Amino acid sequence: MIDRQPHDHSATGVAAADVEEPSAVSLQPPGPPRLLGWARENLFGSVPNTVMTLLALALLWEVVPPFLSWALVHAQWGGDGAACRQAEGACWALVGERHRLMLFGVYPYDQHWRPLLATAILVTLLATSAVRAFWRPWLLWAWLAGFAVIALLMWGGVLGMPYVETDMWGGLPLTLALAVLGIALAFPLSIVLALGRRSELPVIRAFSVAYIELVRGIPLVSVLFMASVMFPLFLPEGVTIDKLLRALVGMVLFTAAYLAEAVRGGLQAVPRGQEEAADALGLSYWRKMRLIVLPQALRLVIPPIVNQFISCFKDTSLVTIVGLYDLLAATKAALADPEWRPFFVEGYVAAALVYWSFCFFMSRYSQWLEHQLATGQKR
Amino acid sequence: MAEAPVVELIDVQKWYGAFHVLKDLSLSVGKGEKVVVCGPSGSGKSTMIRCINRLEVHQAGRIVVGGVELGDDVKAIETIRKDVGMVFQSFNLFPHLTVLENLTLAPLWVKHVPKAEAEELAMHYLERVHIPEQANKYPGQLSGGQQQRVAIARSLCMKPSIMLFDEPTSALDPEMVKEVLDVMIGLAEDGMTMICVTHEMGFARAVADTMVFMDEGRIVETAPPTQFFADPRNERTRQFLGQIIGH
Repeated sequence: MIDRQPHDHSATGVAAADVEEPSAVSLQPPGPPRLLGWARENLFGSVPNTVMTLLALALLWEVVPPFLSWALVHAQWGGDGAACRQAEGACWALVGERHRLMLFGVYPYDQHWRPLLATAILVTLLATSAVRAFWRPWLLWAWLAGFAVIALLMWGGVLGMPYVETDMWGGLPLTLALAVLGIALAFPLSIVLALGRRSELPVIRAFSVAYIELVRGIPLVSVLFMASVMFPLFLPEGVTIDKLLRALVGMVLFTAAYLAEAVRGGLQAVPRGQEEAADALGLSYWRKMRLIVLPQALRLVIPPIVNQFISCFKDTSLVTIVGLYDLLAATKAALADPEWRPFFVEGYVAAALVYWSFCFFMSRYSQWLEHQLATGQKR
Repeated sequence: MAEAPVVELIDVQKWYGAFHVLKDLSLSVGKGEKVVVCGPSGSGKSTMIRCINRLEVHQAGRIVVGGVELGDDVKAIETIRKDVGMVFQSFNLFPHLTVLENLTLAPLWVKHVPKAEAEELAMHYLERVHIPEQANKYPGQLSGGQQQRVAIARSLCMKPSIMLFDEPTSALDPEMVKEVLDVMIGLAEDGMTMICVTHEMGFARAVADTMVFMDEGRIVETAPPTQFFADPRNERTRQFLGQIIGH
């Protein structure tokens, strides 16, 4: 429902562009000649243009028919591993057969309804938050309540649901929860860091710069290792922090450093006069930032921020190195069965599609949001 | 001027690095007085009035506004800023808020006025600057003259007792200068204490009680307008007036 809106916008945008040159277009007869004219102009307009077009066509001819033949025409849609070995094409039967393992990992098989419900709640919350009319205080409470229910479902131990350790969580709910929590916690932290980096107070500025530069200089894998292996060494004896929580903290700290630089870019783009006007009206520092500077700064940097969100979503796949089964790791585990092992490509393609659809939604949504927020305030 | 001055600058000094921008500035503005500051660009006029609400920090001397001395004390700065309105050359309206939201923002968040009251106040001042019909537009949809009038109304919504104008008409197209000056003249007639940096000498003649001429960071001449325009004492004042009035 929601992800259609960007399409609608771009569709109307295209329509509007078409309408803007009616005189040139309306002189031409409708139908194929117009298409031919377009092709002549755009695809065969000059010699280099023609060469590029022919090369592109040859490439498409080489790639597309074999792919379609593999993915659709000769694909095996049902049956078992043996049937797949007979088939020439892709073995989509694998996805039908193993999808529960890919989506939920090593979570107890007969309890899979719990992560499924948790995922549904999370996706519903995400969809609800995407609607601007719902940006009200109750949404925050809905998120808190949603996460409480999700935690209850995943852990269990009450209401007749057996207790499930976080070590057993996995698959899509883990990936989504890590991404959503990671982004939700890293974003405010990044704003504090970005403001700190521009602070007039030397200690705060130095700390922010040191933090950002230090964390940006380390690969996420190292940060996760440190969070997971080194961090517990500093804790008092007997105190343990959940592995999942440690990975989450690692991701938040890492993502915040990158986001902070994107946010700082936005802060720098807000004209100095805006702050001066807010100062002259007597607004305090935090009100000035919250009401005047940040709304303008963040709108300017929606593209790099969403870029970072998408990165963060995909980076969740790295938590596998500290022994957590995210979507990708769960997929890999689901392919371990000798019967299905030859068809790992299909498994990874399916996982990639899941990643891609979430990232594509984020990307389209951000474009729609940018458009929405710009309405009426163009200078 | 028997009353205590509402703005007083005593031997104010300011440096940008090694560059001495403000030199021994002393100025005293009484309640209801209109001061027009002029001078060549780079003479420190804007810097001086920006020191009065501490958008710029002076390094020596004293600035006392409404009996409160400006220093590092944040409370004192906030007190003064609530009481001193400022209008900028480039308007500096908040582009992400409607005109009405621009006007109600400070009353709501600084003075904690109830929303209905703040909006009533905003509409009152929008009527005063003759653009109540623009209340729900965004600043980007208004002309420069309209934007500057909104900016004046925004300052007035805080009910300041002193207004600072930093070249309020310099960024405007010529045909819009008058509508802004008319609003300023109306304010002057109502008895507002005003300090204006401007080169609009017609406006200065009409409203100023005191003319201040600055050059190279110093106040070179302070005089009532009749004397200032007819018989300037200082050679540099005379040259400057000759140049801008000669056009």
